[in-house]
Amino acid sequence: MFSNLGSLLRYRGLIQSLVARELKARYRGSVLGFVWSFVNPLLLLSIYSFVFMKIMPGNDPRVTPFAVFLFCGLLPWTWFASSLTEATSSLISGGNLIKKVLFPAEVLPIVSVFSNMVHFLLGLPILIAFMIAFRHYPTVGVLPWFPIVLAVQLIFTLGLAFALSALTVHFRDVRDLLTNVLTLWFFATPIIYPYFMPSVSRFLTLFRLNPFYHLAVSYQEILFFGQFGHARSLLLLAALSVLVFLGGYWLFDRLRDSFAEAV
Amino acid sequence: MSAIELSKVSKTYRRYSARRFATLKSALLGRSLLRELQPDETLMALKDVSFRVAKGSAFGVIGRNGSGKSTALKLVAGITKPTSGTVRVDGRVSALIELGAGFHPEISGRENVFINGIMLGLSKREIEKRFDDIVDFAELRDFIDAPVKTYSSGMYMRLGFAVAINVNPDVLLVDEVLAVGDEAFTHKCLDKFRDFRQRGKTVLLVTHSLGLVERLCDEAVWLESGEKQADGDSKRVVDAYLTAVDRSEERSLAASAGAARYSSPAPAANMFHASEGRWGSGEVEITAVALLGQSGEPSFVFHTGDSMSIRLSVRAAQPTSDFVFGVGLFNADGVCCFGTNTELEQRQPYLLAGEADVTFVIDSLDLVEGTYKLDVAVHKRDGAPYDYHRLLYTFRVASRSRDVGIFRPRYHWTFSSNVRFR
Repeated sequence: MFSNLGSLLRYRGLIQSLVARELKARYRGSVLGFVWSFVNPLLLLSIYSFVFMKIMPGNDPRVTPFAVFLFCGLLPWTWFASSLTEATSSLISGGNLIKKVLFPAEVLPIVSVFSNMVHFLLGLPILIAFMIAFRHYPTVGVLPWFPIVLAVQLIFTLGLAFALSALTVHFRDVRDLLTNVLTLWFFATPIIYPYFMPSVSRFLTLFRLNPFYHLAVSYQEILFFGQFGHARSLLLLAALSVLVFLGGYWLFDRLRDSFAEAV
Repeated sequence: MSAIELSKVSKTYRRYSARRFATLKSALLGRSLLRELQPDETLMALKDVSFRVAKGSAFGVIGRNGSGKSTALKLVAGITKPTSGTVRVDGRVSALIELGAGFHPEISGRENVFINGIMLGLSKREIEKRFDDIVDFAELRDFIDAPVKTYSSGMYMRLGFAVAINVNPDVLLVDEVLAVGDEAFTHKCLDKFRDFRQRGKTVLLVTHSLGLVERLCDEAVWLESGEKQADGDSKRVVDAYLTAVDRSEERSLAASAGAARYSSPAPAANMFHASEGRWGSGEVEITAVALLGQSGEPSFVFHTGDSMSIRLSVRAAQPTSDFVFGVGLFNADGVCCFGTNTELEQRQPYLLAGEADVTFVIDSLDLVEGTYKLDVAVHKRDGAPYDYHRLLYTFRVASRSRDVGIFRPRYHWTFSSNVRFR
């Protein structure tokens, strides 16, 4: 397993060019093309902002401007959710490669995660534009934590992506299951509501069991509230993420030989 | 020194029952995930197959559909692992199994060449160096910047082939891909294979084209339901394979050749409108029809140029002096290739009494490859049938050359000295 894991580094070039292809191909044939990468999060954000500021107003004054707060949690969630959705079917849609070409299968879920990470990164300029528009700036002192949160999320997502993509080859149910789990997971994570809401505090132990809770809170503290008090939990999550990554890869490696036949 | 070596390789494919898809929950919670993944039934795609391919040689794998050829190729390519035994391959492998498998339809040919090349193990710089060769080989200079989805299937395959062959592998695996291009492109591919071998590289070819194996390969292996039947010199292996194919065709034709029964009393109006059956008054009856080969043994498969005898056993209820024997050969399209009878040849009938044998001997069966049907008849001089067997007997002509048409005359070419062939 570890020698296979080591060879992941060898596929750098392949992953890089496949991610580039994915991004290029995604908007081919559309009029706006690459602009969609910016427009998509913008539209999503507008919808949520409209609902929570106009239809259901009455947010905690600590989370104004609400649109910026929302964006801080929504952007990483979109990365997470669409990575998993795409990774889950990546082996099946890439079946041709696995069956007909000597191709390292793990590259496929990795490409799903990374191409969505690029979209996440492209969303950041929009976040910055929002911050400027609403005159709400982050504190420079805590910004160095940002790449660390990002790395933790990356490792965590990769681990899940490995496990889910490998399982889906044998159980197509995973795809449908995942859609529903992600919906539940989204509402169980303080993204559209702040984590210090009284109802969250009441079930805090439960919330703290949710790995994405720590990621969302970290992003919000770093980018929105300007003070980071969640470092310990984040580091704990980092350790867990490494375990998830290794566990996911282990499962993937176990099932690897069955892919070419079962896809 | 061998480039590829399979020793005692078996490959079992699993067949799962519906039970496997019971529920994910039970699989996960019942800790039966791995048990659920166990097969209920297995299919041996390869059984204890061993062969080795010498470095710098071309090696053919032949056999019927489902004989395990493609499985063998996938094992050599490393796409699947053997269930038991070992596969050893020396050097970089490039597999022409599915051309352009990794192409993305939305992006240009140029970008696909780069990504496909990287998938096959080249670096970006190596591809840049070979890019012109690839495009020229694929003959796609004018289209290289168009998205691949606009390509015709031939263009798609050509580009896939061009990339795969320019990976410059030590071992090239080819699975029946030559069928895709036009003649000119196929020739170019064959030239490339020859060029390959001259540089000491190895080619493993899986194909149904036996002629190609004979021409291109030094050695070959013949697989039959996963087992090795023969290996060694390619001509010998192909011969052994063809003989076995003949024999099994013979068996199936023999099984279908039952006794002919009277079906209708009246003959079809036109002899050239084929519809099978048997009719006639029965005063003279053809009781048996046998096709005999060169040495007199019953046979159903003949080679072009062999001799063939059609032996009719006839029985006349009453002695008669009014009889004509006839035969007709029809090809699969129902075209009459040859027909004659004793009347046309102006033989005056004198006496037919009791049981008799009538044999029509074709000294040299100069027909092209194909399936043929036979008419045999005995009738009165005015045409009223005693016993007419219409297209009731089938035989096959096998030929090593791929000529076409109906008739194969004795021929040869002559060329003046400034026309040359290699």
